[in-house]
Amino acid sequence: MSLIEITDVRKSFGPNEVLKGINLDVEPGEVIAIIGKSGSGKSTLLRCINGLETISDGSISVAGAQLLDDEAHLKALRLKVGMIFQQFNLFPHLTAGGNVMLSQMVVKKTPKPEAEEMARKMLERVGLDHKFDAYPDELSGGQQQRVAIARALAMQPIALLCDEITSALDPELVAEVLAVVRELAAEGMTLLMVTHEMRFARDVCSRVVFMHQGRVHEIGPPEEVFANPQTPELKQFLGVH
Amino acid sequence: MIEFTIWDILRNLLLATRWTIALSLVSFIGGGLVGLALLFLRISRRKWARAVAKYYIELFQGTPLLMQLFIAFFGLGLFGIDVPAWLAAGVALILWSAAFLGEIWRGCVEAIAKGQWEASASLGMGRLQQMRYVILPQAMRIAVPPTVGFSVQVIKGTALTSIIGFVELSKAGTVVTNATFQPFTVYGLVALIYFALCWPLSKSSQILERKLNVAHRNH
Repeated sequence: MSLIEITDVRKSFGPNEVLKGINLDVEPGEVIAIIGKSGSGKSTLLRCINGLETISDGSISVAGAQLLDDEAHLKALRLKVGMIFQQFNLFPHLTAGGNVMLSQMVVKKTPKPEAEEMARKMLERVGLDHKFDAYPDELSGGQQQRVAIARALAMQPIALLCDEITSALDPELVAEVLAVVRELAAEGMTLLMVTHEMRFARDVCSRVVFMHQGRVHEIGPPEEVFANPQTPELKQFLGVH
Repeated sequence: MIEFTIWDILRNLLLATRWTIALSLVSFIGGGLVGLALLFLRISRRKWARAVAKYYIELFQGTPLLMQLFIAFFGLGLFGIDVPAWLAAGVALILWSAAFLGEIWRGCVEAIAKGQWEASASLGMGRLQQMRYVILPQAMRIAVPPTVGFSVQVIKGTALTSIIGFVELSKAGTVVTNATFQPFTVYGLVALIYFALCWPLSKSSQILERKLNVAHRNH
């Protein structure tokens, strides 16, 4: 059984069908890059996986937890998949440490000392243990994104969804975030990332998914997808002729 | 004819001011609690809850406070229920304040970026947990200046309760005028007392706004 099973998923916003029947199975430890033009549905797909968007049809399950639209099922699912956003979305009223501790204490009812220990460990993992007491507005974009990764990791998810996590960063800050993701991949974390970093996708990912007009248009290992695109749409997207 | 000194007049007015302050506090605190309930209804996921809060707010914002006082005071009397003036005044002002506070706070909650809801949801928090630990702490910072500003409206609103016979500052002013025949002096003092109550609040609302904005500059 695959870790993440996406079966015949459809999603419409009003009359506009954004996902037109997506099938994708992800094995444990796989790193999947989802690429495609804006409007191809790649972010929507990612947001469906942890229930930020409700799907119109089909099914999604993560390690046996079904995606259903009630709070108990959603919570069970969200404990298994963490999500990292383009805009970081750190809680501005809490310190970096507080950001990483909050959901452990509130959702998992972890006692404060243990949550703090975990927070320090996770911040250390992303190289920010010295910023434990800094507020988000005192951190650079790259540092904020790394805190967001630590915050997701502290919930000990079995998979992480990354929604264009470097797109809002200045070019010189992209590398520090990607280095953290690269390390996670090496440690065997299952990752699904929507990304525009083609070099990174080529180097790190086990499979690349090219989405076009709400469908999985092409899928395969990066060396095949990048070196030998089959469809004219992917060729155009990659700029090879 | 009895002579009244300024002190006689002022003393009586100040004694009545206690009731203005008491009624303001009751209205503001009670209105705050009901307003909080309205806020939760207004941003609920359930359609009927949102509709209830919406119509409540429209009804109370769309009719004069004076009419609401009359209805609370005389309306229940029609059913043979004898409502004392203080009760009618308190209830009407609480319900009226709630409508405005609920709407002010809804604006503050909706001013919080959608990403905050999404991030907290993706960490597994339930709706109440999101509100309590993520949304409200941020919304409260924005809410302080308009809330303090509205408390000035509540204080001035209590003046209307004099019409249904509740003896607070304005009513006391009328009573004292009838005894002293010095309307200009009496109402002048009444106005000064209202000003002394309201001005510090308006001023602190402005100061808070500036202070919280500075703290907010990086978000």
